[in-house]
Amino acid sequence: MSDTAMNEDLLEHEERKSLESREFGFWVYLMTDAIIFALLFASYVVLSKNSAAGPTSKDVFDLSHTAGETALLLFSSLTFGLATIAMSLGRSGRVVQWLIVTLVLGLGFLAMEMIEFSGMIGQGAGPETSGFLSAFFTLVGTHGLHVAFGVIGICVMIGQVLAKGLTIPVRSRLFRLGLFWHFLDIVWIGIFSVVYLPGVM
Amino acid sequence: MDHSAERTLSTYLTGFVLAVVLTAIPFALVWGGLLTGPAVYYVIAVAAVLQVVVHLVFFLHLNLRSTPAENLFFLGFAAVLIFIMVGGSLWIMMDLHHRMM
Repeated sequence: MSDTAMNEDLLEHEERKSLESREFGFWVYLMTDAIIFALLFASYVVLSKNSAAGPTSKDVFDLSHTAGETALLLFSSLTFGLATIAMSLGRSGRVVQWLIVTLVLGLGFLAMEMIEFSGMIGQGAGPETSGFLSAFFTLVGTHGLHVAFGVIGICVMIGQVLAKGLTIPVRSRLFRLGLFWHFLDIVWIGIFSVVYLPGVM
Repeated sequence: MDHSAERTLSTYLTGFVLAVVLTAIPFALVWGGLLTGPAVYYVIAVAAVLQVVVHLVFFLHLNLRSTPAENLFFLGFAAVLIFIMVGGSLWIMMDLHHRMM
C-alpha cells in the first residue's frame, strides 16, 4: 500500500471515530433534555389544578385538535424513518423527498399549535392567567420550540443532501437529526397522556 | 452507533401500527367516556409507557445487542434521575397539599 492510500485510510478511520463520539455526545444531550422535560412535567402536574378561578383545563382543551397534532407528529416520525431507510440504500433523491414530507408534517404540527395557543390567549387563557396556564405554556411551548428547531434542522439537511450528497458526515448528521425527531415524538406521548387526556376528564 | 442495523421498512411499519393502536386506546376511552374513575388513569399510564418502549425499540432502534453499552447506561441514568426528581417532587408537593387542607 502506498503512503497516500494509507494516510487516506487513517483519515477515514479518524473521521468515523470522531463522528461516533459526536453521536454519543448527542445521545447524552437527548438524555439531559429528557430530564428537563421530566421536570417541566412535574411542575405541570403540581400546578395543573391551580386555575385561580380562571379557565380550567376542561374549558380550554379540545381533544380533537390534540388528536390531529398527535397524528401529524406520529406520521412525521414514520416518514423520517422512511428517509433513514432511503439513506441506508444510498438513494439521495428519495431521502430528500421523505425529508420534505416530514418537513410539511412538522410545519403542520407547528401551525396547529400556533392556532391553539393564539385561540387560548384570545379567550383570556394566556400564560399570565394562572399557575395551571403558566405551567401548560412552559411545557407545551418548550416542546413546540424543539419541534421548530427540528424543522430548521430538516431544512438544513435537505440543503446538505442536495449540495454534498450522502457523504459520511452528512449521514451522521441526518442520523442525529433522526434521533432528535423521534425523541420529540416520545415527549409528545407524555404531553397528551399527562396534559390533554387527564385535562378533559 | 451502528447505522445499518436492520432499518427495514417492516420495523418502522410495525412500530407505527403499534404506536397508532396505543394512541387510539386512551383517546377512545376518554372521548367515548367508556371508563370512569382511577381505572382510566391506569390505562393511560400503561399505554403511554408501552408506547415509549415501542418508539425506543422500533424508531430509535434500541436493543441489547447492537446499542453501545454506554448509551444504555446513560438512558438508565437519566431514568433514575427522572424517577428521583419527578417522584420526589410529586411526593413532597402532594404531601404538602394534603397537610394544607
